[in-house]
Parts: sequence; C-alpha cells; structure tokens
Amino acid sequence: MKVTIDGQEIEVEAGTTILQAARKLGGESVPPAMCYYSKLKGSGGKCRCCLVEVAKGSDADPRPMPKLMASCVTGCMDGMEINSKNSDRVREARESVTEFLLINHPLDCPVCDQAGECDLQNLSFEHGKSKTRFIEEKRTFEPEDIGPNIQLHMNRCILCQRCVQVADQLTDNRVHGVMDRGDHANISTCISKAIDNEFSGNMIDVCPVGALTDKTFRFKSRVWFDKPYNAHRECKTPGCCGKTTIWMFGEEIQRVTGRKDEYHEVEEFICNSCRFDHKQPSDWVIEGPRKFEKDSVINQNNYTQKLETVTINTEEGILKGREGDRKKISMSDIGYDEKIDGEKLNSDK
Amino acid sequence: MSKKILLDQINVPGIRTYEVYRKEGGYASVEKAIKAMTPDEVVEEVKKSGLRGRGGAGFPAGMKWSFIDKKSGKPRHLVCNADESEPGTFKDRYLMEFLPHLLIEGMITSSFALGANLSYIYIRGEYMWVYKILERAIAEAKAAGWLGKNILGSGYDLELHVHCGAGAYICGEETALIESLEGKRGNPRIKPPFPAVSGLWANPTVVNNVETIASVPWIVNNSGDDYAKIGVGRSTGTKLISASGHVKNPGVYEIELGLTVDEFMNSDEYLGGMYSDRPLKALIPGGSSVPILPADLIYKTTNGEDRLMTYESLSDGGFATGSMLGSGGFIVYDDTACIVRNTWNFSRFYHHESCGQCTPCREGTGWLEKVLWRIENGQGREEDIDLLWSIQSKIEGNTICPLGDAASWPVAAAIRHFREEFEYHIRFPEKIKNRNHFVAEPFSQVKHLVTKQTV
Repeated sequence: MKVTIDGQEIEVEAGTTILQAARKLGGESVPPAMCYYSKLKGSGGKCRCCLVEVAKGSDADPRPMPKLMASCVTGCMDGMEINSKNSDRVREARESVTEFLLINHPLDCPVCDQAGECDLQNLSFEHGKSKTRFIEEKRTFEPEDIGPNIQLHMNRCILCQRCVQVADQLTDNRVHGVMDRGDHANISTCISKAIDNEFSGNMIDVCPVGALTDKTFRFKSRVWFDKPYNAHRECKTPGCCGKTTIWMFGEEIQRVTGRKDEYHEVEEFICNSCRFDHKQPSDWVIEGPRKFEKDSVINQNNYTQKLETVTINTEEGILKGREGDRKKISMSDIGYDEKIDGEKLNSDK
Repeated sequence: MSKKILLDQINVPGIRTYEVYRKEGGYASVEKAIKAMTPDEVVEEVKKSGLRGRGGAGFPAGMKWSFIDKKSGKPRHLVCNADESEPGTFKDRYLMEFLPHLLIEGMITSSFALGANLSYIYIRGEYMWVYKILERAIAEAKAAGWLGKNILGSGYDLELHVHCGAGAYICGEETALIESLEGKRGNPRIKPPFPAVSGLWANPTVVNNVETIASVPWIVNNSGDDYAKIGVGRSTGTKLISASGHVKNPGVYEIELGLTVDEFMNSDEYLGGMYSDRPLKALIPGGSSVPILPADLIYKTTNGEDRLMTYESLSDGGFATGSMLGSGGFIVYDDTACIVRNTWNFSRFYHHESCGQCTPCREGTGWLEKVLWRIENGQGREEDIDLLWSIQSKIEGNTICPLGDAASWPVAAAIRHFREEFEYHIRFPEKIKNRNHFVAEPFSQVKHLVTKQTV
C-alpha cells in the first residue's frame, strides 16, 4: 500500500504504522517518540510526542481524521496522506507535549548522567521554548536504589513505561511498575524489592531520560568524553547476544551498553553480566569505533574523522588573567591559608 | 406527565425482590426474546428504537451491537458499565438500588442478542451496598432459572457476575474498565482495536451503560418502533436525569427526551424552581465534564427556540453557546455560587483521577488545578486566565481517552462564559478571601468593578 508523508510517497506493507513508514522514509518527517520502542511489544501511544495529522484516511475513505493521531500506534491505510512536520497543528501539539514533559522534569542536565544521550533534551532542542510558564512547585521524589546496579531518579521520569515493558517481556517475575496515578504516578518496586534479574540492566538502555541510571557509571564521566567502540564477547547467558558498545576513557572501560540504532533503540538486548561485570578491555573483542549521527552531542568528540586544525583568533585581553587561574587550578600549589584572589586568609586588606 | 418506562414500577412495594418483580411482569422480555425471536431480531429492534448510549457519549446502542465481531468464532461478552463516577451523576445507582432485576433482565436479553455466554456488571467500588443488592438479585434470578445452563430450555447458557471496582473514575472508560476487569491497572487502551473486535480477554465485547441496558426489556416487549415514538428526532426514548444543586426538588427523574429545560427546571413535577428563589446563575446539564451554561443560554438556543432536553438541542451551536446532555447529571447554580471555585473543584477531581498514562492529561490536569487554586485563593496573576485557556486547549483532543477532554471542557466553558469572574478574583484578592465570598455579595453586585477596566 502507498502512503504519503509530508508529500513524499512511500510503499509499505500492510500492518505498518505511520511512524514505521516515516522511519523508512527518514529525514525530518520522522516524528519524535519518547515511549514507543520498536523492540518492545505494546509500547507507544502514551507520550503523545508523535502525533500527526491524517489529512486523508485512505483511498476508500478519504475523510480526514478529526483528531491528531499517535503515529506509533496508527496503522497505515492505502492512499493515506499524513502531515508531520508540514502541519502547524502537529508542530503545536509537539510543542505542547514538550512543555508538559518539562513542567515537572528538572533541568539538571549539567549533572544528569543522561546528558548527551537524552531524548527529552533532543525533543526540547527541536520543539521546546526558552522560557517556562510553569511557576508552581515541581513534584519531587527521593532517589531510590532499586537493586544493586540501578538507581532510580523518579524526578526525571516521564512515565513512558518502557522499563516496565522490559521487565514484563525480558525478565521473570517483574517486581516494579507504576504506582499511584495522575501526576503522582511513579515507578517503584513493590515493595522495596531489589531488581536483580539478569536482563534488568536493559531498563537503563531503554529509559529515554536520566531516570534509571547505571550505578557502575554514575558520575564517572560525561559521555562525550568517552570513546565508544563496538565490541563483543562469547556470552553464555541464554538470550544475550554478547554484542555491545563499550565506552572507554583511555584504557579504561567506563560502561557497557547495548548497541543502539539511529532512533536510540538497542538492536539486541544484553545481559547484566556483560553490562556490569566485564569492565576489562581484555574481556572484549573490540571491533572498531562506533559511528553516531552527525548532530549528536557525542559526535562532538568524534574521533573517527580526521580533524582539521582549528585556530582561535582572540584578542589578547580576553585571555587576560588566565595564567593566574591556571596556577590556581592546581590546588596543591595553593596554601590552606590562601584565598582564591591571592590574598592571605587572615589578611587585613 | 412524562411517560415512564424505566421507573414505572419504582413505587411498587418489594419490587426489589424477584417474586414481586416477576409478578409485575418482569423477565417477559427474556421469555419473548429467547422463545420468539432470533438474536439478530433483538438487535434489529434496538436499532429501530434509536436508543443512544446513556453513559454520556450518546452513541447509538444498536449500531454498537452490530459492530461486534461474530465471524471470529471467539466467545463474546457483554459488560455493563456501572462505574458511575461522574460528579453530579447518580442515576444508575438509583436504578440498580431499587430495580436490580430490571438491569439483570436487560443483561440477559442483551446478552442473548449478542450471543454472549459470559457477562459482567462492573460496578463502582463505592457502591458496595448496591453490589450486594445485585449479588442477591442475581442469585434469585439464577435460582429461578433465568441464568445458568439451558435458559428456558432453549440451549442458551449465560453466566452473569458482578465485579466491584476499586473506585477509580477512569474505570468508567470502557477500555480501562476492561483492563480493570481483567485484573490489571485500570488504564485506557489505545483504540483501535475497539472492544467490539478485541475487548475482554481479546474477545469481542460490548460495553453498555446501566440505563442503556435497562431500556432493552421495554424495547423488546413493546417494539423498537414504539420506543422511537417517544422523544424528539434522534433523541428517542426516556432519560434519567439526576438533578442536584440549588433547586427545590433535587433527585432522580425520568423524562421524555424533548421536554423543555424550562419545564424541567421550573415545573413542580420536576425540580420546582430555584431553592430560596434566588436567581439562576448557571447550569451544567450533563455531569461535571460537560461545558457549563450561563443563565442567558439555559432556556433558549441561538435560534431563539426553547432549549430542549435532547442531545441536539443542548449541544446547539457547539460549545460556544451549547453544552451536552452527557450522562444527565443536572447541576444547578444560583447567584451565590463561585464559578472559579467550582471550576477548581472539578479540576481537582480530574487531576486526582487522571490515570497518568499519557502526557497531556497527566501533566496538564495537575497544572490546571494548581493555577485555578492560586486564582481562587487570591494568588492569581493577570496572565493566568490566558494560561488556563492555553493549557486546556493543549489537553483537549490530544489524549488517549476522553478524560483529557472532560478535564478541559469545564475550564474552557467557565472562562468563555465567566471570564469576568476570574478577573475579579485576580484583581480583588482581598475580597475573595472569605470562603463564601459571593453569598453575601453575589457577583452581579460587584461585576461593575471589573467591567470598568478589563484586565
């Protein structure tokens, strides 16, 4: 069947959703998705980021759909015409969802481990505003250790429920889920249980924001300082592909993750043993550097391309004072009684 | 006097018991349907009747029944939605409490029409005493052979169960109700697939409101054509209205659709006019989720015609000048009512009851409530009215289920019709500090303060 997205026609098989068709097409027409995850059954439809306008239902029934449709759960029909980036209604709806998601999400990107890999950060770059209209108090939760390897920062959670689906579909005996309802809804274990299933680490990979973090990596490094490599090992855990991305700082493996595609979805799930226990370079067969999309923050530290020499021409005055600073950065050179401006702590000045 | 078809026997002593109900002609529709009609003929009669779903949406019941997937070969189910949780609506409770066998009779006849062998009544958790009444009535009906195996020797089997919910408003949404019935968290499902194709345990399922199902026995006994003769246009039959607020005679009434709002409000047969004879300020005709109407739009439509108690007349001209018949929760306000506080109160309810599954509803309902709380408590800012308008417009139509719309419409209508009252709250915070600020000094007396200079 043929569908048209933003004026571009594409042929898709029956059962394809609008989002899948758009992804086949690629480019700017691909709607953003925070809750949909192609590898997880039943995901999608919740975040409402991927709303699109169906201007023509099908050849058989050309009436437009009155409401915007969630592209991740709406099937294509033959002759369907869809407006994604070309629609003002869609743009407005995505801006609304972004605003709603950010009213309670703390902007702690400077300390969040997900910075540089955060889908919400990307969404707000694309559809966000520089100012918030929300002046009320944000909802807050205490950080929670939900197992030996994972810490939950509920403040950052956007209730996409991907982690719940991972637990449902990849692990036995799910012990966590959504508690409460409305904007009180939160992810937690029932009750104070530890998530220690062999595949639980995949919850971290599917989390689009920084709500579920890898305790073996927390605050070790910003991702753009690490160099990702594709690597694999002979893993004997049933269900684990053993194919990973290892994130290295020098000779040290900072973290191990599944390999993600251009939509930040892992290609194959990996076990906790690969993810948390194998942090020696000798544990892995390194295949080579991993490539990232051009606009990715991680790509700012791209080492797979040849760098051109960069010359910064600045006025001398701009760098004035830097020499003094440089000395003080080395704290060992500063006595305990010395203030940062160079004066003695007990100075009369 | 309006014709009564649901509450006709309400005053018969002991009608709640099987013996009396049967003696009064109860279960005749089951006999007629099973012995003299095919299931398709029953569906056809319901279609002819023009009966529309009485839960609020008003979708034609017969058409809904005809959507059920009969070709799949899967078991089919009928689920009665008795999760009546809309603020201002309490008519199903009345029906179930006093006429439980009418509902059970409707369930059996409707299940037969749909070919369902396992049906459920999903009842609101707070209606525990009604749950017990229904349990007992089902046991009586079963003992008398109206339920179970081989009903009336026809070979038709039906099991009927009552399931008590945990008290969540969202479980009144049909797919959330099905999820809850399956033992899961009551979250709405993404549609399609619709329940008629994949509902309870992925089987074809019809979910109907209590009042809808209770109307079926009369239709089968008397014919769909006779039912269609009652009412006006596409609003056929009778409707239960639960009236509350500042009226002389609050309560549950059965009216013929097509009655004028004026007659319903002011005649002694019904509400008997305003309590304490104070001026009418506003009206919500269909439960808290539908738009509020100001006094000048209550009795007349935009064409200058009498506003009728029908689906069409109450929604006259869209939400700018109309509202909805909804579930028939008739809430009346006199001039001492504070629309801002009332809107905040509703917002608080929808915020509390949002399931939290989709973003606009989860975040938007909370935001609405917080802004309304500030305005009502003298902390509003000039830009807050436009902010409220913007938030509600971003929720409406963008959510998985209609709860988002239900949260958004009351706010939109309140701002549309009572903007000056919001401005008054913002500009004169010291005047609204008293909780009953409009009781001693109704808004009409202080209106000039904001009309002199708009915010």
